[in-house]
Amino acid sequence: MIELNHYLTVAALLFTIGICGIILNRKNIIIILMSVELILLAVNINLVAFSSFLGDLTGQVFSLFILTVAAAEAAIGLAILVTYFRNRGSIAVEDINMMKG
Amino acid sequence: MTSLSLDIAHSLPEIVLAIGALSLLMLGAFGAGKRDWIITEAAIVVLGIAFLSMFYPIADKALVWDQAFIDDNFARFMKTLVLLGSMTTLILSREYMARHDIDLFEFPVLVLLATLGMCMLVSAQSLIALYLGLELMSLALYVIAAFHRDDVRASEAGLKYFVLGALSSGMLLYGSSLIYGYAGTVSFTGIAAALQGDVSIGVIFGLVFVLAGLAFKMSIVPFHMWTPDVYEGAPTPVTTFFATAAKVAAVAITVRIIITAFPGVKPQWQQIIVFVSILSMALGAFGAIGQTNIKRLMAYSSIGHMGFALVGLSTGTEQGVAGVMIYMAIYVLMSLGAFAAILSMRIGDRYVENIGDLAGLARTNGFMAFVIAMMMFSLAGIPPLAGFFAKWYVFLAAINGGLYGLAVIGMLASTVAAFYYLRVVKIMYFDEPARPFDRVNWEVTAVMAVMGLIVVLFAIFPGPFVAASAQAAAKSLF
Repeated sequence: MIELNHYLTVAALLFTIGICGIILNRKNIIIILMSVELILLAVNINLVAFSSFLGDLTGQVFSLFILTVAAAEAAIGLAILVTYFRNRGSIAVEDINMMKG
Repeated sequence: MTSLSLDIAHSLPEIVLAIGALSLLMLGAFGAGKRDWIITEAAIVVLGIAFLSMFYPIADKALVWDQAFIDDNFARFMKTLVLLGSMTTLILSREYMARHDIDLFEFPVLVLLATLGMCMLVSAQSLIALYLGLELMSLALYVIAAFHRDDVRASEAGLKYFVLGALSSGMLLYGSSLIYGYAGTVSFTGIAAALQGDVSIGVIFGLVFVLAGLAFKMSIVPFHMWTPDVYEGAPTPVTTFFATAAKVAAVAITVRIIITAFPGVKPQWQQIIVFVSILSMALGAFGAIGQTNIKRLMAYSSIGHMGFALVGLSTGTEQGVAGVMIYMAIYVLMSLGAFAAILSMRIGDRYVENIGDLAGLARTNGFMAFVIAMMMFSLAGIPPLAGFFAKWYVFLAAINGGLYGLAVIGMLASTVAAFYYLRVVKIMYFDEPARPFDRVNWEVTAVMAVMGLIVVLFAIFPGPFVAASAQAAAKSLF
C-alpha cells in the first residue's frame, strides 16, 4: 500500500536533487534550467498527493497553474541564456564572473 | 451590485493595468515603429489612471474573486508606493534608454506587467494568488534586467537574477505545498484558523521555505547574493525599479502573510525574522564600506534598509506594521531621489557610476551635490530628515515590543552605515573636482528636486500625513 509519506519522500528527494543540481553544478547553465524544472515537478507531486489524500481539488488546480507558469519561466530563461551566449560566447557557469560577488 | 461587478470594482487598478499593458503592446507591435516614445508616455498615464481608480468609493475592505483577493487600506497604501515607484521609473528612464539605443516600446509594457504582478501580490489572500502575482512580477523583471541585450553586464545580471529567482520561487512553492498539505487550505485566513491549537511540524517547515523564497525577493541576508551584481549590471532605470516598487511589493506580501496567516506560530517566525534582520543590517553596514561603484553601494544600502524594515515586522504588533509601512514609504522616496541623482551622472554620452566621479561636485554643480548630500544624510538616518523618522518608528515599535537587543544592534548598524554615506558627502564637498557632468533633461532634475524637497521637509509636510495613513492602514491587517 502506497501511503502519503511515500509520495512526500519522493518529492523531497527530487526537490533536494534539484537544489543540489543548482548549487553544485559547475559546468553548464542548461543543467540549472533542468534542475529548476525538477524542483517545480517535485512540488507538483507534493500538491497532487496532498490533494488526493485530503479529498480537496485545490491542490490539483494549483499544480496546473504551476505547470503553466513553469513553461513561461523556461521560455524566458532560455531567451536570456541566448542573449548571454551571443555576448559572451560561452554558457559555462564558471564564466559568469564579469561582476564580482 | 452583483457579485461580478463588485469583484471588478474592487480590483480596478489591476484591470486598468492589464488592459493598458495589453493595448500598449498591440499599439507597439502594430503601430508606427519610430514613435515608441509615445508608449512610455501612455504607460505613465495608465499608471496614473490605475492610481486614481483606487479611490473609487466602495466598501473599505472586501474579499473578492472567490476569497483570493483582498482590497483593504493596507493594500491601497502599498499599491500607492508601487505605482509611485513605477511611474517615476518610467519618467527617469526616457533619456537613459534613448542614449543607449534601447528605447524600445517593450520596456514600458514590461514595467506595466510587472506593476500588475506587484499589485496582485500586495492584494493576494491565498497561496495561489501569491504565487501568480509573484511570478508575473518576476518574469517581467528577469526580462528587463537583461533589457540592454548587447551589453554583457546586463545579460549577465539578467541571467543571475533569473537563476536565483527561479530557485527562490521553487522554494516558495515547496513551502506552499507543505502548508497546503498540513493546513488543508490555501487561503490565508483558513491557514490561520487551522493553526489554532497544536501546530504540525510540516507547517513550520512550509513557513520556513516560504520565508526563504520571499527573502530572495526582498534581498534579505542570507539570500542577498544576487543584489549587488544585478543592481550593477542592469540598466540604471531598471535598478531604480528593483530598488523601489519590487521591494515594496515583496515586503508587503511578507507582512501580510505573516500577520494574517501565521499569528498562531509567532514564536517560530519571530526568531527567523529577528535573525535575518540582524544579519541584513550588519551586512548592509559592513558590505558597502569597500565599494567604489555607486550602484553597488546602493545595493548594500538596500540590503541594510530591508533589515531595518524587518525590525518593525519582527514585533508582530500593529505599531510594528505601521512602522514597516512608514519605513517603506520613506525608503521609496529616498531611493527615487538617489537614483535620479545617479541618472544625472553623465559625461557626454556615457553614464558614469564610480563614486570617485562625484569628486568636487559641490563646486561644479551645487544643486546636485546638495540633493545627493541630503539623500545620503537621510539614508544614514540623521535628523530632521525623512530617514530619521523611518528608523524612529520601527525602533519605537521594537522597544515597545520588548525587543531591546534588536533595537540596540540596529542603532549600532546604522552608525556603522553612516560612515559610507558620509564618505560620499566628503568626496563631493572636499575633494578636488573631477570632470563636470553634462546637463540632464528637466524630468530627471525635477524628480531630484521634488524628492530632495520631500526628504528635507518631511517632518512638516508629508510626514504627519504618511504616519497617520500608515497607522490607519495597519489596523486593517489585525
